[in-house]
This record gives sequence, C-alpha cells and structure tokens, in this order.
Amino acid sequence: MRSSMVTRTTKSAKSNGDNGGAQHSRDDLLRYYRDMLLIRRFEEKAGQLYGMGLIGGFCHLYIGQEAVVVGMQAAITPDDMVITSYRDHGHMLATGMDPKGVMAELTGRTGGYSRGKGGSMHMFSREKNFFGGHGIVGTPASLGLGLAFAQRYRNTKNIVLAYFGDGAANQGQVAESFNMAQLWKLPILFIIENNQYAMGTSVARSSAQTQLSKRGESFGIPGRQVDGMDVLTVKSVADEAVAHARSEGPMILEMMTYRYRGHSMSDPAKYRTREEVDKVKNERDPIDNVRDRLLKAGVDEGELKAIDREIKDRIAGAAEFAQQSPEPDPAELYTDILVSLEGAREARDA
Amino acid sequence: MPALSPTMTHGRIARWRKTVGEKVASGDVIAEIETDKATMELEAADDGIFGRVVVPEGTNDVPVNEVIALLLNDGEGKEALDKAPPKGPAPQPKPVQAPPAQKPVPIKEPTKPSDQRPGSGGTPQSAEPAASGAMVTQTVREALRDAMAEEMRRDPDVFLMGEEVAQYEGAYKVSQGLLAEFGPRRVVDTPITEYGFAGVGVGAAYAGLKPIVEFMTFNFAMQAMDHIVNSAAKTLYMSGGQMPVPIVFRGPNGPASRVAAQHSQDFAAWYASVPGLKVVSPYTAADAKGLLKAAIRDPNPVVFLENELLYGRSFEVPTGDYVIPIGKARIAREGKHVTIVAHSLSVAHSLAAADELAKEGIEAEVIDLRTLRPLDLDTILASVRKTNRIVSVEEGWPTAGIGAEIAALVVQHAFDDLDAPPTRVTGQDVPLPYAANLEKLALPKPEHVVAAAKAVLYRQ
Repeated sequence: MRSSMVTRTTKSAKSNGDNGGAQHSRDDLLRYYRDMLLIRRFEEKAGQLYGMGLIGGFCHLYIGQEAVVVGMQAAITPDDMVITSYRDHGHMLATGMDPKGVMAELTGRTGGYSRGKGGSMHMFSREKNFFGGHGIVGTPASLGLGLAFAQRYRNTKNIVLAYFGDGAANQGQVAESFNMAQLWKLPILFIIENNQYAMGTSVARSSAQTQLSKRGESFGIPGRQVDGMDVLTVKSVADEAVAHARSEGPMILEMMTYRYRGHSMSDPAKYRTREEVDKVKNERDPIDNVRDRLLKAGVDEGELKAIDREIKDRIAGAAEFAQQSPEPDPAELYTDILVSLEGAREARDA
Repeated sequence: MPALSPTMTHGRIARWRKTVGEKVASGDVIAEIETDKATMELEAADDGIFGRVVVPEGTNDVPVNEVIALLLNDGEGKEALDKAPPKGPAPQPKPVQAPPAQKPVPIKEPTKPSDQRPGSGGTPQSAEPAASGAMVTQTVREALRDAMAEEMRRDPDVFLMGEEVAQYEGAYKVSQGLLAEFGPRRVVDTPITEYGFAGVGVGAAYAGLKPIVEFMTFNFAMQAMDHIVNSAAKTLYMSGGQMPVPIVFRGPNGPASRVAAQHSQDFAAWYASVPGLKVVSPYTAADAKGLLKAAIRDPNPVVFLENELLYGRSFEVPTGDYVIPIGKARIAREGKHVTIVAHSLSVAHSLAAADELAKEGIEAEVIDLRTLRPLDLDTILASVRKTNRIVSVEEGWPTAGIGAEIAALVVQHAFDDLDAPPTRVTGQDVPLPYAANLEKLALPKPEHVVAAAKAVLYRQ
C-alpha cells in the first residue's frame, strides 16, 4: 500500500455534501480515475459506433456523470445490489461487468450480456448483482425496493442502490416506493442523478420542489444534496449513507451532476446553450478534477498516460469484440420467453 | 338478514349481541353477521325493545331479506310479536333489516359429475394428476387459501403481499388464517399503492423470492400493468435468459355484481396477449387449488384471474398435494353436436346452457379453458373436429377478445372441419352499467349461449 494521502481540495466548493475532511489514498484516487475514465472512453466509443450505424435505437450516454456511480460503488460491497434505468452503461462498468459484453449488447450481438436481445437499455448481471437496465425510468425505485425487501426477508446485511434521474423522480411509483421504504425501513439508497434535464425539460420547469433531496421529507426519509461532480465528495457521503441504509433504512441522495451529451443520440440540444455545457466541462469535470489531484499529489504524468493507454486499448478491444461477435441465431427469436418447467427443475436439482 | 356486500346472498348469524327485553337504541350493535366476505356488525336502524330472536345464533345460510329478529316499537306490547309473520319482508313490528339491496342473480349450479371431479373428467390430452385421495367439499375461496398455505409451508421463499391480505384476512376473505399461521414477515399488508407494490413484488422475484401479489381486484392492477408487462413478462427475454421472474399476480377479475364500470372489467384478453406471461382463469375450486399451486411453483410470471362471484361456490376438491399443469383445458361436459369454450364464470353459463340444449336433444361439449395463455389449442381443435361447430363464451368485450382469438385459430387450423362460422358470446361492447336491468343486458347469460349454439347448428 502506497503511503501518500491526498486531502480533499476545496475545488468542489459548490458541494452541499460534506466529506468530513476524509482522507483518500493515492490508490483510491487512481482507482476512481481509472474507473471514471473507463466509463468516459467506453461512452465515447459507443457514440462513435452509433455514428457508424453499428448501434441502433436509443443510446443514452453517461459522459459527465461518472463521479456519481464510481463514488457510490466504491462505498459498497460486491454483495450489495444495484439497479438503474436506461442511462446505464456506466453503472454496468462500475459494478465490474465486462466492457466487451456491454458493448456487444449495444451492437446487438450474441456476445452481449443479454445475447443481443436487450440492447443498451436492458442488461443484467446476476453475477455482479446488477439488476438492470430498465426502460421505464421510475421503476428502479420500486423494483429496487423489492430487492431490498428480499434482503430483509432473508435477513442479510446487504443494501440496494436504486439509481434514477431527476425526471423519473416525478413518477408516482417513486413516491409510492418512498412511502413503503420508510414504512418498512428497508435497506435502500435512492440515488437521484440530477443532471438538470429530463430529456429537454429542466428541473425548474418540471418540479415544484426543485431540491429533489427534500422529496422524502413527508415520509421522514433523510435526504442529502451532493456535489455529484466530485467523486471524493460522493464517496464520503456514500460511506455515511450506506451505513445508514444498513442499520436504519432508506435515504435519498440527490447527486447534482451534468450530462455533456444529449439525452440520447438524437437530441438537438436546443434547451441549453453551448456555453453552459462548456462551462461545466471546463470547471467541474469529474475526471479532470481527480487528475489534478493526482498530479498535485505527485503522481507522475507518465503513470496517468499509461492508464489512459491501457483503457483506450481495452475499449478498442471491446469495440472490436462487439463488431466481431455474430448476430443472434434466428432461432433466438423464440428462446427465453418462458423458463421451461423442465429446465427449472433441472436447475433446482443440480 | 341484511345484504351486507354486493355479492352476498346468504349470511350466518355469528352472535346475538342483545337479549330479549333489552332496550335498543338506533346504532346499537345487535348482532354479528358472517357474510361471504367478512364478519360484520349489524346495527339497529330504530329505537325499541329487542322482542324476539327469529333465527338463532349459529344458523348458517340465512337468505338475504329473511326476518332474523323482531324489535318492538315504543308502546308495543309482547302481543305484537305474535302478529308478526315469521318470515317475509316488512312485518310488524319492525324487522331488523338493512335497506333493501339488490340480490345478485343466482346462477344455476351445474351438477354434472365431470364438472365436480376435474381430475377424472376423461380428457385425453390432460396430463392431470389422478385424484386418488379423498375429496372434500370446498368453496373456491377456501381452495385458494389452502393452495397458498400449502405452498407457503412447502417453500419458505413464497410470501403473500397486497392490500388487506394480513390483518383484514383479505378483502374477499381469501387469505383467512394466513397471518396467524405465517406471521407478518410472509403475509404483508401494503398501502394502497398498486404500481409501487407490484414493483416491490417483481423486485423481490428478481432476488429469487416467490411472491404472490394479490390485487384487491384486477381493475386496480391496471395501475400496475407496467410492472406486470414491462418488468415481469419481458425481463427473461431482455436478459438473454438470465433473469427469471417467479411471481404470481392474483385476484378477482371481471364483473362482480352492481359495482359498475370501473370495478367490473375483464382483463383476460389484455394479459393473454403478452408473451412472457402465463394466464390462468379457473372455474372450479379444484382447478383453483391445483392451478394456483402450479402457478406458485412456476418459474415464470403467472397472472391468475379469479372471479368474485365464484369465491363462495362449493365444489369437490381432492385432498393432498393436488397440482394441475398450466396450459391444459378440461372437458367439463362431453358432447358431439357443438363445442362451447369458456373460462371462469362463463363455464357455469355454458354448463347451464348445455343442460337446456340437452332437453332439445343437442349434446354440447363444454370446454373449460382454465389457462388462457398458453391456450390449449389441441383440446379445442380435437373437439371441433368432432362437433364441427364452436361457440366461445366470455364476459370480456368482443373486440380482440379471447373469443376472437379462438375463432381465428379455429378458422386457421380447422377450416375444413367447420360446418358453421365460429360464434362468440361476449359481454356487450359498453362500459358495464350500474342499473340492475342494464347490467343484466350487458353480460352473457345461459340463454345467449343456447341461442348461439342453436345458431351454429342452424336451428331455431
């Protein structure tokens, strides 16, 4: 273990979260850097493949929001469960899913996590405790609560991270889920990724209460608004919130974040100015932020470049795999509709 | 006997709370009445003296509108009691009676042996377990309860959630005794929050539990349809086979009695159109039990459509671990002149119609579909090849209904065997009206089935 420690800088002054002066090791920082960069480069490549016509339909990129999922995931164990809506590639990579399998799903190939039958918005990995990837934006709140219900039922210590966006926070099932979560004190964190825009509708134009962290007040659920552009702040708040969820019950974390790209690939982006986007990119970019800290902490630029190269290669490999992997056999059209009773019996007996 | 629920036809005097000679004030609880749904307190509508118990405590099956006790008005002496007729409405002194409620139309109970013994119905295609053990007479309600209780004993991952399932013991008394046996961890009362708790159920199934999600009625499940279809039915496919969703959504479906349009919709065709779901809609108590047990054990999402008017009907039910495979229809009555296919309450109408037709020498074969998805096409086609005529019966709307599907399939697969166009008997193409006469006009009855059967036989 390297000994050099980096104290949190005050760069994220806008943060309402408080990381309590927590110390983050050089290794932690390098890990966050690597994890966020993997997502960034993956998404850039996905955008490229989309432009080449290799990815179809909707494709929602996570660029700009990387600190949220990387900071949160750093605070949980592999037994904890994760569920999100359709801006989901970053969550998959952060849970440790293989970029090859994710990218091949985007291209609709057999090597994809859903063997090409789910696409960008619908992927799962039981092995990594990632439960989707859902196309209906508020569902992670209630489905995630079901996962949490199962943890309580089985008396485990595991918690659930249920991610959804500022737009989804307005769906009725989210309020229904808040109510049940606190009523039953289930181990869940509702993570509202507030990237300011539900497609093209800003929070101010869609929400009577623009501070979404307060959405749990009438249910008695504590909420925190967090600078979601600063991975260290996210991680520090996550540590407290995870402990709360394990012992007390639900909590809402409103992650103030920003997506650089359009809602999906076909977004004309008329609802915001180029200057607004550039300002966030230049002043609050989560990856630049950590990179600066690493350099200040004396990490050699060459080391960072080596990481960049390694990730670039890895993503190139994933893109290559996603193009080489064959399309599903036509017979796959009729598979996986129902679990056959025989199959289920064999699985049970095995 | 007051009508204390829309579907109540008889009640039980559980307890008298006043004794003869006691003073009664309007609003006093004078008796506890057990209805088809719950035990209710009966309040006096007038002041007076509790004069006489006409129907003693513990009496079962007291018809609605029968006089159960006599109240003396102020000034009336005991001699007034003797003037009161022992039975009938509006006697003097005042009978203890709720405001008159519309009595549901009693539906003739079919008595065919094959109907009561689904396990021995002689269906060649049915891989049904032989009902080797003893039989008990049970209501559909009790059979459903037993199915859940047996499966919960068998598998600790099975639990029940829904509105009023625990402390209230079910809005229709289906979950009676389950809270006492299994406790609040496994019998979970939810808020009125269908979309939310359907999602909780599906999420719990993702994690490997086997939830039974009860909807107080499927009308309210319309709010939860997103989770039933998007989150449950499609997930195995969307995950490339990784994510089975072992869950049962159950509750009463279709019209009950005088509850009007928003509480009376039949959703059978909606769910039956969705790949990734199994859809079951039984008629007899034996089928209700055997199919619910199969549904709970099934690794797929199953929509289990019950019928409120059938909850109180009694049938013979095999004891023991009675499981019926999903996807098999049952020949409820054999015949050779015309095939009638139906499910749920429509099976009763079809059997009653078959009795009528028999009087005219027409032998109708009645098929109880039991499962709507996957549909047992083999059994339907085998029957059509024998009878060359088919009538479908359902309470749902005609457009894109179960009957429409059956007609299309039969025309496609047995066109040359047909001697008449397939004909449908359905609910009328209207929101279900409240007025008693209009409601009757809107729903299928045995005479409609008789008329349709004669039509395909080209008989008047």
